[in-house]
Amino acid sequence: MIGKTLKALLVGTTVLAGASAAQAETFRWAFQGDAQTLDPHGLFETFTLGFQGNIYEGLVKRDDTMTMVGALAESWENIEPTVWRFKLRPGVKFHNGNDFTAEDVVFSVNRLNTEGSDMKVISTLIKEAKVVDDLTVDIITPAPNPILPNQFEIFYIMDKQWAEENNTTEATNVKGGDEGNYSNLNANGTGPFIVKSRQTGVKTVLTRNPDYWDKDMRSNVTEAIFTPIAQDATRVAALLSGNVDLAYPVPVQDWGRLESAEGVKPLTGPEARTIFLGFDQLRDELTASNIKGKNPFKDVRVRKAFFQAINIDAIKEKVMRGASTPAGLMAAPQINGYTEAMNDRLPYDEEAAKKLMAEAGYADGFEVTMDCPNDRYVNDEKICQAAAAMLARINVKVDLLAQTKSKYFGKVLAQNGYDTSFFLLGWTPSTFDSHNVISSLIACRGGEDNVGSFNLGGYCNPKINELTLKIQSETDQTKRQAMIDEVFQIHKDEVGHIPLHQQPLSWGVSDKVEVVQRPDNQFDLRYAVVKK
Amino acid sequence: MLTFIAKRLLQSILVMLTVALIAFSLFRYVGDPINNMVGQDTSLEERVELKQRLGLNDSFLVQFTRFAGNAARGNFGFSYQHRRPVSDLIAERLPATLELSIVSAFLAMAIGLPMGVYTAIRRNSWLAHSFMTLSLVGISLPTFLIGILLILVFGVMLRWLPTFGRGDVVQLGWWSTGLLTASGLKSLIMPSITLALFQMTLIMRLVRSEMLEVLRTDFVKFARARGLAERYVNFVVALKNTMVPVITITGLQLGSIIAFAIITESVFQWPGMGLLFIQAVGNVDIPIMAAYLVLIAFFFVVINLIVDMLYVVVDPRLRVDSAGGH
Amino acid sequence: MSDTTVRNTHKGWLARASDSDLWYSFIRSPVAIVSTIVTLLFFVSAIFANWIAPHNPFDLASISIMDASLPPAWMEGSDPRFWLGTDDQGRDILSTIIYGARISLFVGFAAVIFSMILGIALGLVSGYVGGRLDAFIMRVADIQLSFPAILIALLVDGVARGVLPREMHQDMVFYVLIFAIGISGWVQYARTVRGSTLVEKNKEYVQAARVIGIGPFIILWRHILPNVMGPVLVIATIHLAIAVITEATLSFLGVGVPPTTPSLGTLIRIGNDYLFSGEWWITIFPGIALVLLVLAINLLGDWLRDALNPRLR
Repeated sequence: MIGKTLKALLVGTTVLAGASAAQAETFRWAFQGDAQTLDPHGLFETFTLGFQGNIYEGLVKRDDTMTMVGALAESWENIEPTVWRFKLRPGVKFHNGNDFTAEDVVFSVNRLNTEGSDMKVISTLIKEAKVVDDLTVDIITPAPNPILPNQFEIFYIMDKQWAEENNTTEATNVKGGDEGNYSNLNANGTGPFIVKSRQTGVKTVLTRNPDYWDKDMRSNVTEAIFTPIAQDATRVAALLSGNVDLAYPVPVQDWGRLESAEGVKPLTGPEARTIFLGFDQLRDELTASNIKGKNPFKDVRVRKAFFQAINIDAIKEKVMRGASTPAGLMAAPQINGYTEAMNDRLPYDEEAAKKLMAEAGYADGFEVTMDCPNDRYVNDEKICQAAAAMLARINVKVDLLAQTKSKYFGKVLAQNGYDTSFFLLGWTPSTFDSHNVISSLIACRGGEDNVGSFNLGGYCNPKINELTLKIQSETDQTKRQAMIDEVFQIHKDEVGHIPLHQQPLSWGVSDKVEVVQRPDNQFDLRYAVVKK
Repeated sequence: MLTFIAKRLLQSILVMLTVALIAFSLFRYVGDPINNMVGQDTSLEERVELKQRLGLNDSFLVQFTRFAGNAARGNFGFSYQHRRPVSDLIAERLPATLELSIVSAFLAMAIGLPMGVYTAIRRNSWLAHSFMTLSLVGISLPTFLIGILLILVFGVMLRWLPTFGRGDVVQLGWWSTGLLTASGLKSLIMPSITLALFQMTLIMRLVRSEMLEVLRTDFVKFARARGLAERYVNFVVALKNTMVPVITITGLQLGSIIAFAIITESVFQWPGMGLLFIQAVGNVDIPIMAAYLVLIAFFFVVINLIVDMLYVVVDPRLRVDSAGGH
Repeated sequence: MSDTTVRNTHKGWLARASDSDLWYSFIRSPVAIVSTIVTLLFFVSAIFANWIAPHNPFDLASISIMDASLPPAWMEGSDPRFWLGTDDQGRDILSTIIYGARISLFVGFAAVIFSMILGIALGLVSGYVGGRLDAFIMRVADIQLSFPAILIALLVDGVARGVLPREMHQDMVFYVLIFAIGISGWVQYARTVRGSTLVEKNKEYVQAARVIGIGPFIILWRHILPNVMGPVLVIATIHLAIAVITEATLSFLGVGVPPTTPSLGTLIRIGNDYLFSGEWWITIFPGIALVLLVLAINLLGDWLRDALNPRLR
């Protein structure tokens, strides 16, 4: 009986496998985590949004060269200072066959503002969305916004009728109800791929959308299977053994192995994420140090000494295996507002550092606890360890507290009162603009202007806050750049943080496929080709 | 016997409640879930509001009562990370863990028991000595390293076996099984060996030690003296009498196999409850953690109950005991 | 058995030891001798690490990242200062193994002794007294078992961080680990001891002892305990391996000893990241050391169990 069932099942699967092998181009890839939801408005997180980008589409998108091009909109113009008019692409259909119209855009704008939405950053850019006709939409902004279309890349459009039929007119709420939100597990976009099956945290199978509007799409993939694999070694093994075609991230130390192995290669590039060290300069006494009654980090000489004690080339060569780009600025070269001439670092000089420490009255050093994540950035814990050893040479005894990201962020962020004396953090500005770097990391925190929320060390120069406001509204690019440069110069002179490097993007790819690696670590199936 | 079982079942509810209580009193030390639930640009106000909405600012007693009340109605809450009911997630992942655990336990027994008997009967042979020594090497390395080494050799170098996941599964009602497909069976080999290795050593050594004891008893000597066949003495008379502690440990091990599956599952990306749990710990997904712990507690209670009942069956002298005690 | 005890009480412990059956059995067992030597070697080098190890890997000022990932001395590109090569931070592997073994042994032994004492005591009481107390202890054991060892350790670690003042964290980390690993192990002992106690206490000799008015403590200590020690020793030897490995696993999960003062297990965990990149020595040498250590202790345990068991001689 069981034997019979087994046989039937086996026959069934072979037939299926045989049938699909003839025409299918299957692409399998693995990332360290899963897309946390299929709801395009549920979570503002790089990987989740990137994954959804294969299923849903926005009005605009970035192509393989990161150029903004039309997606669901064919053209757009700033008809008034606060009004953007989008002409929509005709003849586009959602996966369920419904027509894509202006109503869907307005519906999606409204959905951004529902309780569960994590995309309120986008919705604050929009005052109102108006249907002009079936294929024309006006977006009214609260203030003139010349770069609105650029900020719309990850604002995906959902089908109004489908959402109403399935009772998912509100964004997936983390709090949830008894059943959960329909759109969390089901999707109905206009994109090139349709969700065939999904088991959260285990496997998602996508099939090609036969009616996709862009007939010139490069990809020949007919079926795409995504598996999250959390452990680095397991992920690399999956690639090496041919079980997946693309795996990322791969540890930088494994590049050599990928290069020498048959049939796979590493695919690398610079990432826009800057890794830096920071110190508590706000409290009068450090919470985690043996120095009582004063805060050594308030003395710029100590901060400078720390900077000069760090041998960034050694970190690059030994910890990052030559794959990092040492940084002097808090913003990466890809970021708007970056100035190459200012990216120099204080030279590594142990003697100078010791001298500075002695001048500041800490010739014998001091003890301080360093907070460090151990599963967030490329080799984060190892960088901290190396830094601790380097600081030991100027007599600073670093007690390293390396923790998983939930514990680390739970300790050092605003919700916990910025409980840290010395820390390592990384930052990619989501807008790819220096203003985000300045307002999040460098401006004084705790003021009325609500900036500096990730300025964990409380570095503060009021002049910078003034400039931050001006940078935000300045439209003259030259003036704006001058102000950005001024902020970066002040911050450098005062050693507000110690920028370390930009970490590399690190993918492993099978020779059987061709993919495009975007500098924001996104993978787009539209550009994935399975070689014949 | 029936009152005994009823009493134990009643106690088991208490056990699960206590587990949940302890778990909840400790959750706030595990980390802050909020940062994993929102994007980097989400404002502090929204973060604080979200925490409030989730009820994470309530005292742990309030949180616990809410959990226990819902759990009693079969509602284990809503996962922060998956945004789905926890009970759905567990039902989805349970078969993977149970299949892995049961196959491992079976492997451990099937290999450990005969090896234990052999090393006891021929305790000075070189084969027995090498069994004893080799089995130790296997448990002297951390599970994660053994798993990685297996993957490296059989997955990457030889390419015989898949390196991760369950392979193709077949859906039988709500139960998904990997035991009916070739790729499912192949996927099971490395994880189950990794998981079984430790239990196998334990069972083998325990059986050997108990067997040696029993073989020296007058009872067995008498059986020999009566002229019973050596094989009968060894395998029926002696083995039967080694079973009490062996059952205790093996029974308990079945539970700890399920718990220990956490590491094996994360090394092999095996989509079971252990993987679900360890990722929940990483993301501070409190509803999953709570439900998992209560469920594991339930398994243990049931297994313990079965072990205690087997005691009574195997060793009739205990029957008097279970009724009254002293 | 009690005859031997009485006869020996008048002699000094050394004399007693040297003409005891234990010693006799020891010198006749090559396995016991070799494993004792290996174990002693580990203990001695652990205790005198500061003098024996060529470098001090815990002194951050003395290590240089520029020495990182050097292969063992007999391979190309190596540095003669580092016989077994260096790890990813430039620490000498040999020295790190010696220092790491010290931490592993300390944590492992302390944890095993802690859970053994706790487990035996509770197991004896539970099995002997029975009734409500037995039910209570066994229910506590169920609760305890419901938490995987790793989770208990995670929680204990979390609570310790929450409860203890910040300055104490670094000093307390070992005690927290010992407690965390120890507390998760007692149930094994308790259940086994209870099981055997239930069997033993109904045997004639125990009932006879009770009839002639010997107190429960004496009965437990003199008559029941020796008879349950066999399985306990088996568990203890294996538990030591578990303790050392749990400690490694904890550091795998980020709550073990700090990576700046690695234990043997932490070292293996660190090396794990470099297995695919070909720097095998970071994980293989500490792995071999751990296998040797655990193997020696277990073989010693095996021998001890057989030697202690009067019925096996």
